[in-house]
Amino acid sequence: MKALALAIVVLVGGLLISATVDFPDWGDPASPAALHVSPRYIEKSLEETSVPNVVTSVLADYRGFDTMFETTVVFTAGVACFLLLRRREPRPEPTRVYRHQATGVIVEMSQPPESEPAPEVFQRIDDDWTPHDLIVMNVCRLLIPFIQLFGLYVIAHGHHSPGGGFQGGVILGASVILIALSWDLRTAEMRLHEVTTGLMSAIGVFIYAGVGALALALGGNFLDYAALAPLLRVDPIAARSLGIFFVEVGVGLAVMATMVFIYKNLASEGRLDQGL
Amino acid sequence: MIWQIDLAVLILVVVCAVGALAVKDLMSAAILFGAYSFLMCILWAVMGAVDVAFTEASVGAGVSTVFFVAAVFRTSRRSKD
Repeated sequence: MKALALAIVVLVGGLLISATVDFPDWGDPASPAALHVSPRYIEKSLEETSVPNVVTSVLADYRGFDTMFETTVVFTAGVACFLLLRRREPRPEPTRVYRHQATGVIVEMSQPPESEPAPEVFQRIDDDWTPHDLIVMNVCRLLIPFIQLFGLYVIAHGHHSPGGGFQGGVILGASVILIALSWDLRTAEMRLHEVTTGLMSAIGVFIYAGVGALALALGGNFLDYAALAPLLRVDPIAARSLGIFFVEVGVGLAVMATMVFIYKNLASEGRLDQGL
Repeated sequence: MIWQIDLAVLILVVVCAVGALAVKDLMSAAILFGAYSFLMCILWAVMGAVDVAFTEASVGAGVSTVFFVAAVFRTSRRSKD
C-alpha cells in the first residue's frame, strides 16, 4: 500500500514538475496574470481609492465579494469546529487538582467539592499537570499587550503597509491563545468567553456585509463604498478608503474570534474546562 | 530574486516536507510543518509578495502549528506507520 502511494506521489509530482516548464517566467511582463486587469488596478488604484497598498485595495474593494465570502468561510470553519467538537457532558471521572498557593503542595480531589475553594489559597490546575512557571507567566504578561497592539496596528495600517484584517486578526487571536498557553484555558475562557467569541465571529461577518448593504441603501452598488460619502461627509475617494477600513475591522473581528474558538475546542476536547 | 537564496530555501522546503512525512513523532511533524511554512514565507518575501508572506507567517507558521500541537496533545503522539 505504501509502495503504491509512493508511486502515485512520484508520478503526480513528476507531472507537476514537467508542467511547470510551460509556466511564464517569474516577473515576465507578458505573462497572462500581468496582462488583462492588473495594469488597470496598478495604475488607477491610488487615484480611485487613495490606498497606496494595491493588494489591500484589490482585496477589499475591486474584489470585495471574494473577501466577504472568505470571511464567511472562516466563520463557517469556526461553526463546523463547534458542531464537531463541543461536548456538554462533564468528564467521566471528575477529579480536580488544586495547588496550595503559599506552599506549592498539590492536592487532588476525587469528588469535586461542593463549592470552589478560594483561588487565593487553592488555585485550580489541570489534571495533566504542568509545573507552575513564574517566568513564562510574567514574560507573557508583558508581551501580550504589545502583541495585541501590533495586531491592531496591522489591521489599521493595512492601507499603507503589508497586512490587513486577516493577518491582524490572526495576531490578535494568537495573543489570546498565548494567554491560554501561559496560564491555563480557564483564564482565557474568563477573559474571552465562548459566547463572546461566537458573537464576535458572527458580528465580524455582519459588519462586512452590513457596510455593503449600507452602500446599497444609500443608492450605490453592493460594497461600492463611494456611496458612503454623504454619510461620512468626505469625498467619494476618501470614502472608499474608509469603507475598506470598516470591512477590514469586520474581517479582523471574525478571524480573531474564530481562531480563539477553534483553539479552545481543540485543546480541551470540546469541554472548555482544561486544556493545553 | 537571488537564485542562491532561492535554491537553498527550496532545498530546505523539500527536506522539511519529506521529514514531516518520514518522522514517527507527530509533534516533530507539527514543528516541521511550522518550519515549512516559515520557509515558504521567506520564499514569497524574496519574490516580493509581502502580503502573502505576512499571511503565511501569521497563519501557516503561527496559528496552524498551535492547532496541530493542540490536536496532537489531545490524541496520540506516535504515528501508527
